[in-house]
Amino acid sequence: MHLPISDKIELNILHQNSHQAEKNKIKFNNYNLLCLNIMSSPGAGKTRLLEITLEDLSKKFHSAVLEGDMTTNLDAARLEKLNIPVVPITTGRACHLDANMVSGGLKLLEKKINPNLLDILLVENVGNLVCPAEFEIGEHFKVALLSITEGEDKPLKYPIMFREADLILITKVDLLPHLNFDINELKSNIASTNPKADVIEISSITKSGFDLWQDWISKKILKF
Amino acid sequence: MTKCLILSMEEWAEKKNKKKIVVEKINLKIGEFTCVEPISLINTFNAAVLGSWLDSSEITIETIPFEGKCSKCNRLYFPKKENGYKSPCCNFNLEEIISGRELKIASIDFKEK
Repeated sequence: MHLPISDKIELNILHQNSHQAEKNKIKFNNYNLLCLNIMSSPGAGKTRLLEITLEDLSKKFHSAVLEGDMTTNLDAARLEKLNIPVVPITTGRACHLDANMVSGGLKLLEKKINPNLLDILLVENVGNLVCPAEFEIGEHFKVALLSITEGEDKPLKYPIMFREADLILITKVDLLPHLNFDINELKSNIASTNPKADVIEISSITKSGFDLWQDWISKKILKF
Repeated sequence: MTKCLILSMEEWAEKKNKKKIVVEKINLKIGEFTCVEPISLINTFNAAVLGSWLDSSEITIETIPFEGKCSKCNRLYFPKKENGYKSPCCNFNLEEIISGRELKIASIDFKEK
């Protein structure tokens, strides 16, 4: 046996994922396809948000969805009813989508439709406020949902998720009159964690805020 | 994260001849402002590599402090959840992160058989 050798590599643990995410982004760019990574805890309203969003968005833009789910295709089945291309990605025991999974999903999407014909790809991540924040998938923007039933403190408890987000949607605001919830405290916690994020209050019941959200998406697509 | 670490080690070993080396230590630098809990990473790694070529390797973790820079007065500070990550000097929101986002394999100590 020889003497020990120390190989100073200074290598990012996630470099393989980052490398694949870069490849995904190049593909999206070549297709002129804007990709949004939609993230939240389970039950914050991601799928309902997409259902309502796509009803209107699909009238103006060609859209598709990659639907991440740990064990079922239930959410994908809901979105398929909107007659847009939907590719379910079942992650098994993994609690987040990674760049390889999205690359695989994109290959399946390419079999359904020529992505050159699409304007926007919405990727619904697995419901989780921890791991999805660390794993790039090649997205252009990250959108994090936070429902008011989760509490004002969540941006402080899960700061990476809310720090990484470009847009934070505060969902279920129709419940505000029924809850002891301080939305200003939540906004202050968001601002202190990520002062640069856009913030929109939204309700899938009253549809309030959907005009601002659709406007945000439209501007991103048109600028792209 | 454990899977990513093992894949990174496999990739590194491809450049060596992994049958001819024994990895003794994998020295990581993990920032405080990441989604990684060091002890959990060590435990899951130890479980995942049982019986593999990395079975005898040990993980060491250097924790990199979470440090921000006050955008008003440029002072460096350690953001705290209890203070909403704001700067204690000027009570400004966390804009610039100086360190704490590291997820790195700093070095690998190995021996040739």
